[in-house]
Amino acid sequence: MARLNVNPTRMELKKLKARLTTAVRGHKLLKDKSDEMVRRFSLIIKENKRLREEVEKELSETLRQFSVARSVTSSYRAETAFAMPSVAVKADCRVKSVMGVEVPDIELINEKRADGLPYAYSEITSEADYSVTKAAALLPKMIALARIEKTVRLLAVEIERNKRRVNALEYVMIPQLEETIKYIKSKLDENERAAVIRLMKVKNKAD
Amino acid sequence: MNGKIAIVGDGDSITVFKAAGVATFPAENEVRAREVLRKIAGEYRIIFLTEELARPLTEFLKRFDEEPYPVVLSIPSKNGSTGHGTELLKSAMERALGVDILFNN
Repeated sequence: MARLNVNPTRMELKKLKARLTTAVRGHKLLKDKSDEMVRRFSLIIKENKRLREEVEKELSETLRQFSVARSVTSSYRAETAFAMPSVAVKADCRVKSVMGVEVPDIELINEKRADGLPYAYSEITSEADYSVTKAAALLPKMIALARIEKTVRLLAVEIERNKRRVNALEYVMIPQLEETIKYIKSKLDENERAAVIRLMKVKNKAD
Repeated sequence: MNGKIAIVGDGDSITVFKAAGVATFPAENEVRAREVLRKIAGEYRIIFLTEELARPLTEFLKRFDEEPYPVVLSIPSKNGSTGHGTELLKSAMERALGVDILFNN
């Protein structure tokens, strides 16, 4: 491991020792952070998998049902029936922090609509009614999935980044500092021995 | 903060959500979907995207992975699930943990 390019002086030695202490402490902290993030990540990802399977199953079913129901009605009439939704769903979007990572925190705002469906009953078949109701009921779940999946992705990015930091400290920073400290120490010792010898020689000559 | 919800996909798959009150943006192919996404990403905070469109746009969608919003979720279309969501999950897991703890294959 390459050592840092510094002058072998006591000043530098002191500075490097301080840096090493910081690096070691930082490494420990980051490592703990990484462990905790991985633990949370594995919990969240299990939840994510479960939710996704659920949503995919129900959603495919709903959509299939709906396209069957729609095919009964002429496409023009279906278009006009659905053209004007009576409500617009809104979500309350906030940000919360998981281990210092900003993740979305979404809550669906429920707005009650007057008659339940945004079109006249005569326009469309009851099967379509059914699938629309089902889709609306599925929406909270889909939003929950969106939230959790985003969280997983953000956490994954952060874990990767953190791991890189830990490794840089562990395998580059700390060995480099240790090596340099060792080098400076031996250089200083060497100087000291040289000084002693010089004194002895001078004393011999003086005698 | 209030966020709007949008869905991008082929016509048949998204109509039902229009009735449920979600803003719909039809896009017949990935080129069109990319344009639409670019346009609405600032305004809508939650965007559902059908898997057929999400798959070719995987690289494009990565840019949304850095910030909490907008949230882009790929959902199955009327043709059923293609397993794209599971793949995304898997890649995130491999990225973070380096091992597969869910699917074991």
